[in-house]
Amino acid sequence: MNEAKGFKTSQTADVWRRLKRNRAAIVGGVIVLLFVSIAILAPLISPYPPNEGDLAKRLKPPSQEHLLGTDPLGRDLLSRVIYGARISLQIQVVSVLIALVIGTLLGMVGGYYGGKFDHLIMRLMDILLAFPGIFLAISIIAVLGPGLTNLMLAAGIYSIPQFARIVRGSVLTLKEKEFIEAARAVGENDFNILFRYLLPNSIAPIIIQTTLRMATVLLTASGLSFLGLGVQPPTAEWGAMLSNARAYLITAPHVATVPGLAIMLVVMGFNLFGDGLRDSLDPRLRD
Amino acid sequence: MGRYILKRILMLLPVLLGVSLVSFSLLHMVPGDPAVLLAGEDANPDFIKALRKEYGLDKPLYVQYFHFISHVVRGDFGISIRNREPVIKLLKERFLFTIQLSFLSILIAGSIGLIAGVISSTKQYSLFDNLSMVGALFGISMPIFWFGLLLMLFFSVQLRWFPAGGKGTIVHLVLPAIALGAASSAVIARMTRASMLEVIRQDYIRTARANGLREFIVIYKHALKNAMIPVITVFGLEFGYMLGGAVLTETVFSLPGVGRLMVEGIFQRDYPVVQGSMLLVATTFVLVNLLTDIAYAFFDPKIRYE
Repeated sequence: MNEAKGFKTSQTADVWRRLKRNRAAIVGGVIVLLFVSIAILAPLISPYPPNEGDLAKRLKPPSQEHLLGTDPLGRDLLSRVIYGARISLQIQVVSVLIALVIGTLLGMVGGYYGGKFDHLIMRLMDILLAFPGIFLAISIIAVLGPGLTNLMLAAGIYSIPQFARIVRGSVLTLKEKEFIEAARAVGENDFNILFRYLLPNSIAPIIIQTTLRMATVLLTASGLSFLGLGVQPPTAEWGAMLSNARAYLITAPHVATVPGLAIMLVVMGFNLFGDGLRDSLDPRLRD
Repeated sequence: MGRYILKRILMLLPVLLGVSLVSFSLLHMVPGDPAVLLAGEDANPDFIKALRKEYGLDKPLYVQYFHFISHVVRGDFGISIRNREPVIKLLKERFLFTIQLSFLSILIAGSIGLIAGVISSTKQYSLFDNLSMVGALFGISMPIFWFGLLLMLFFSVQLRWFPAGGKGTIVHLVLPAIALGAASSAVIARMTRASMLEVIRQDYIRTARANGLREFIVIYKHALKNAMIPVITVFGLEFGYMLGGAVLTETVFSLPGVGRLMVEGIFQRDYPVVQGSMLLVATTFVLVNLLTDIAYAFFDPKIRYE
């Protein structure tokens, strides 16, 4: 037992050491950390309430009073971007969690049992994947209707196939390994083999996928809100904030610049961190 | 090769069946009477009755599905609730537009991605390589709709080089195509670079160099040809994804594409239009993927015998 633990610690230390040497991953990690802190601390750090505006001060450029200027309803843009981090993080966590749980279960069960059941699951995933990218999420919204809850569901369902495929692939390789054979030989039941042997050993690809999906889901969810299919005004959501900025492109370009910059930075952070994690967790995948 | 193609087509059938089931069930999953949904909420009762009869909405679901699919196969997607036109007519115009846009986009993204990827790989860790990889990072991280707005702000509003919206000439399509293709050019550049780096390390490239071939010939004739095989897949996939991503570009630039048709359909509860768009886009995407797989197998014989 102790030996196994010792091995695990040194493995984690290895990953950490590789991650620390990866400058891009550090930058990504810092961005992600900053984003999460801003989201959590929003009520404490935002200078104004996000939904209270002064129409006399609409579309003002950045000033000392309003560091990023004001929007078409005279609301403080900085405060809205800060509160937007909250909504984004909430959407990302809920959607990715939905996909992670359902996708991992489907992938594990399909990969482990194989046969007809596996075939059925994979064909179902193929059907989901037949809708290109954001179009799948839009199609789900077409059924569920617009709104925050449905947006999270849509973005979640949209990410299920990725998790299912990756976990299935990992289980397919692992289940031929000797330690699984050994587990079976000592009489472990299927449930234990799935959750105590296969799942912990598939954790690296799952973590990588979770991080990278946080980026994709943010792009998709803010896209849906931009189209008017996701989070509805007046909620301060970055995509929704951009959707009416187009009308003020000439008079107040800052309104269109700031929320998009926020989306890009956060997506970039998760991408950098995810790529870094992949390099550190599985050095063989390095290009 | 023939066997492989046949196998791939057979694998396609359950997916297409699933796609048609999904778009068929849209009417039944949305709350409300399907006949009213199809006729529109303010339609008169006689029309609703007529529709219910015509579509067999009082019959069992599987009869309705066969009715639906037999019409779809003949190109009959029903009548749009909003403008009382056959859905197929709307789809045709809008879809052709989206295809044009995606085509121009993959052309731009492909050229930029390929050139950047090849140069990056031949000058690994150079300034150019670093810059283009940072550029690629921006490409995959920028939301399409925001990049579109920035392009519009800079090239239409400030410089007045391109129109900010509308359709007609290819000039109207340039900015939307760039916005749509940014992420793809990043993916293609990364893929080309990685693939080239792998090929360049192979023995036959060393042999070609040892034989005294000029570096230009080695890179562009021997290495590129082999490195292109995995890149083809990315081209196909990216083109397919553009059909989905186009909805964002079309909205930013007010373009009449099929993505916007679908979103407008959702807002206006124009279900025949939504059904038709879903079916058409998904089917096209699946077919594009099929062609990509076939092309890949054609260039890489290993795949065929798996």
